[in-house]
Formats: sequence, structure tokens, C-alpha cells
Amino acid sequence: MILTELSSRKPAIDWSWHLRLVAFLGPAALYALVFILVPYANLLIYSFWKTDNYTIVRDFNLGNFARVFESPVYLSVIANSLLVASIVTICAVVLGYALALYVAFFTGMRRKFLYFLMVIPLWTSFLLRAFIWRLILGREGVINSGLAWFGFTDEPLSVLLFNRFSVCVALTYVFIPFVAIPVYAALEKIPPATLEASMDLGASPFYTLRRIILPLSLPGIIPGAIFTFCLSFGDFVAPSLLGGPSGIMISSVIINQFGSAFDWPFGSALAIFVIVVVGIAVALARLLERRYE
Amino acid sequence: MLSKVRDKPECTDEVQVRLDRVSKHYGNAAALTDLSLDVRRGEFLTLLGPSGCGKTTTLRLIGGFEVPDRGAVAIGGRDVTGVPPFQRNVNTVFQNYALFPHLTVFENVAYALRVKRLPGAQASERVTSMLDRMGLADKAGRYPRELSGGQMQRVALGRALINEPTVLLLDEPLSALDAKLRRTMQLELRRMHAELGLTFVCVTHDQEEALAMSDRIAVLDAGRIAQIGTPQEIFDRPANRFVADFIGGCNFIPAISRSDGTIIMPECKVSPQTGPEAGRGIVLAVRPHSLRLGTPEEGAIIELAARVSDIVYLGTAVRLVLSLADGLGLTAELGKDAVEKSGAKPGVVLRLWARAQDVIVFDAARSGHDPH
Repeated sequence: MILTELSSRKPAIDWSWHLRLVAFLGPAALYALVFILVPYANLLIYSFWKTDNYTIVRDFNLGNFARVFESPVYLSVIANSLLVASIVTICAVVLGYALALYVAFFTGMRRKFLYFLMVIPLWTSFLLRAFIWRLILGREGVINSGLAWFGFTDEPLSVLLFNRFSVCVALTYVFIPFVAIPVYAALEKIPPATLEASMDLGASPFYTLRRIILPLSLPGIIPGAIFTFCLSFGDFVAPSLLGGPSGIMISSVIINQFGSAFDWPFGSALAIFVIVVVGIAVALARLLERRYE
Repeated sequence: MLSKVRDKPECTDEVQVRLDRVSKHYGNAAALTDLSLDVRRGEFLTLLGPSGCGKTTTLRLIGGFEVPDRGAVAIGGRDVTGVPPFQRNVNTVFQNYALFPHLTVFENVAYALRVKRLPGAQASERVTSMLDRMGLADKAGRYPRELSGGQMQRVALGRALINEPTVLLLDEPLSALDAKLRRTMQLELRRMHAELGLTFVCVTHDQEEALAMSDRIAVLDAGRIAQIGTPQEIFDRPANRFVADFIGGCNFIPAISRSDGTIIMPECKVSPQTGPEAGRGIVLAVRPHSLRLGTPEEGAIIELAARVSDIVYLGTAVRLVLSLADGLGLTAELGKDAVEKSGAKPGVVLRLWARAQDVIVFDAARSGHDPH
């Protein structure tokens, strides 16, 4: 009796609910408004203006966007960025997936420890993790010294550093945990009995991987891949530390527009373009995810 | 094989599954010790025991999910020790069904056929007929999360049976269902077993379920078989105290068997006609429902006077919680009318007795082997 009374009693106007909403969401919403929405809006407005003799002229025009598409330089840099981001995403997904699979299924008691090792790189500076590849790939680096010591090469290989290859290697290394961690979380949620059921029904381990494990870990793969693609597409550190002429990426160009070139409107247009590309990539990934749900 | 409907299970003496002195350890803990078991072709065998007795390990050895440390597993006369599960013609209904959450009911049932790369039309025909048989025809496009417990159970059964296994393993198949549905499914499984003529090996900790469904029951205790036999044998002639207590529950009354053939027991009168080995401690086992109220009749072996400490209504029967003068606790399950007539209420002393054929005598020292 008391229970039904309690549950059927209509609460007085639920101010507390609104209050909670404001209290919890308010600060975050305010932060997002001031530090995310306003700058983006600013960027969008700037992209329609132009510069004249190093001063910004508030004159609405689409010239900046036309310049992005007309000039082969910018298109090729964007294409290079897309290429690097795609290569890095594929490599990081494959390697990160293999790592997560190994840690989740084949390590027994050491699993927690290995997972911990997987997380540790995220505590280290991104800059450091990119820079370390100079020490590995450089003329005096680990690989070249090793090759010379074994007598395989007479002089250091220069193809290892300051090109697209070195940028891809460093970014792949940096983003492997971004894939491995969500994939691991998804794999850990698969009950062992589900895999046993597959084997019980005659499926080999490889068939089980393809038809059961892979689809069930898609909720981990997709966010990992989106992170990797977006962050590597817009990365600035790796290309500037490790990329030579062939490793130039769009972020370097954008930063240049806001710096020495002092063409904020054009830089804004490029930035808007990057945002649109990333937005399309995320939308495609979401579409893929929904298909498999 | 599935389409053939038989009148009754074909139960022969031919051995379908043989476990030959298998042992299995997890770390230092022994799960199974020198266990030997023959499952006959076409029988419904239940492995029954408390948790940790090794029944699930036994099932997993047959399924191929565990490899024994010692001993051998043979299915259909072929040694399969060490053969992985996907190369055995044995299918399992898992405890919580373990359905594939990303596949529909149809795809779940079709999985084994897809693995075998059976042509699409042939496969879907077989799946459709299996879904019909399981009463799931209208659920083909649903996902497991959209099903009720009983429906998931039937999908798991259909998925395991589509491959026409020689042996079907059921790991606590009904434990996730509510009591009413469980009873229905017990009969359903029994009927299906009869129709298909397959060998079923089932694991459960529920003695009622085991008694209701099985042709034979193997009672496991601490990694060994305590007794194997038909439900009636296990219930009426338990081999030892463990089996008597685990199945049906039992009162154990310590007594001494004297060299002159009489039995003495504190606070009780025992007729001298039973004659276990003389001069040692014995235990008289009486089931709660075998105790009777009132004046002993012809054939009574035990007579005792016990004080009622609690009365529990079970619906059709009444359970009396009793204690003897020396403090030994007993329970009796009696008809409602008999209890009412006796005027039983807490504090009252009642006379109880049991017939000779309802009393089992165990050796006290070794918790007893059957002296019958």
C-alpha cells in the first residue's frame, strides 16, 4: 500500500531536476560556448574576409576557398595529409587491434599488467614520443648505427627520416594506444562462452575471429580509428619534427598562415576545410557503425 | 536424423561417450580424480552435484574445452582426448545460452551450417524447419536481446541441434528460467530427447530437475562419482550418506549395532530384525517423508519420541522440525490431515516411526556403503 502510494504520488514541480541539470551541465556548457563555439564561429567569419597589405579587411568574399581549390600546392598538401592520415589509421588499427587481441585473450594473469603498460605511453609527452623517432631513424640513430655496425651499409641511410615515411611511423606509434585501449575494452566485454559457442559449432579460431570477435569489437575499432584519423590528419608536431619536404601536412600550412604569412582569413578557410573533411570522416564512420549495430 | 520421430528413446548398451580414469587439476585444486564414466547411446544422463563437484569440468572434457591431465575421452569409440571442440561432433547448450548478440535468431541457428559452407538454399531450409520445430518461426529476424529467457533457451537448443550432433551437452540449461517455465522446459527437453533419439548429457545442481528428466543420474562429489544409476535407484537406494543427503534430503540417526544383532540408539527404540555387522557405530538414514505419526504398525523398525520445534507449511504437505531428547534434530514431511489430527504444535512431543524398508543403514565410520 505504502509502496504504491509513494510511486503513484506525483512529485511537485521538479525544480531539483532542472537545478541539477544546470549545476552539472552549466559549467561545461559555458566552457564549450566560450572556448569552442565562439572561436569556431570566429574562424568561420574570418574565412570570408581577406587581407590587404597585412591588414585584415572585413569584406565578405569566397576568395579564400577559391584559392584552396585553385592552387595545386594546397590541394596536394591536403591530399598528402589525407594519405598520411589514412596510412596511419590503417597501420594503427591493424597493430593496435593485434596488440589488444593478444593482451585480452592470450596473457592470462599478466593481462592487467600489460594493459597498464599499454596506457603508460599516454602519460608521456606527445612531443617526446614523436621526437624519439629522430633518435631511432636519424643519421646517427639506432637503426643506422646498427646497420653500420653489422656492416650492412657504408654510409647512413637518409631515406629513414624527414619524409612521409618517418611521419607515418611516428604517428602510427603514437596512435596505437588510441586504438588498442577501446578495442581492448570491447574485447574484454565478450563473454568467453560466446567464443566457446562458436568453436562448439565447428568454427575454427580464425573463423571465430572473423565472424564473432571482429564484429563484436567494432564498437572499439570505430572510435579508435576516428581518433587516429582526425588527430593524425590535423597533426602538426610530427610533420614539423620528422617531415621533410614530402612530409608537409596541412596543419603546418595553417599555422604558417596565422604566423609569418599573416593571412588569418586564408588560414581560417583552410582550417574550416580541415574541419569539414574530419566531419565527413566521422559521419562515414558513424554510418558504418550503425550498419553493424 | 532430426526429421525421424521415434516413439521412445533408443537406449542401448552401446557406449557413446567414455571417460576413462580422467583427472583434471586447476592449479593445486583437483577438479576430477580418476573419474570413469560410460554414457550409453541414446540415453539422457545427468551429472548432478553441488557446485565445485566437477560436473561442469566433466561436461567441458566431453565438449573439448578442457584437456584432461590424465586419462582419455572417447566419443563414438574414437579417442578424442586433445581434439579441439570444433572438430568434435558434439554440441553444447551453454549455461547462459551464449547466443551471438550481433546475429539474428535465424543467423544464430544457421551458424554451424554457415561454418560448414552449406549452400544457402539448403541451409535456410534446414534453419526454417528447426525454427518451426522450436516454435520460433516468427522470431527469425529478432536479435537475442529482444527475446525472453525461454525463447533464448530454445534458440540455444536449435543452434546446438542444427548440426545433428551425436551427443548434445547441456550445461545447467534451465538455471536461468523461472520455476514455472523450468518445469515446462524439463518436459520439453524430455520430449525432444525422445523424438530425436540423441544422447543427452546434462549438468545440473537441481536434484528435482535431474530426477524428472534423466534416464540415469551420475551424482558427483568432490571430483568423483558418488553413485550412478536410474533416478529411482539413486533415490531409493543411495550408496552413501552424501547421495542420500543431496538427493531428497535425509535424517541421519547415529546408533550402535551390538554383537547380539540388536541396535541401540539413544531415545529411540529399534526393532532387532535388521542385522548389519555387529558391534560398531552405524547411521540410520530416514527420509523426511518416510517418518510416520502415531502408533507403530507391523513392520516398524524405528520408534521415537520427538519434540516439535517448528511447523512449516509447504502447501500440500507440512514439514515438522523436531528434536530428540539428546538434541539431535530431525525433519519430517507429513500430510496436512495427519499433522492436524496429531495436534502438533511447538513444544508438543510426538511419537514417530518408520518402516524397515524405508530405513537405510550406513556404516558410521566411513559415512557408509550400502549394506543392502
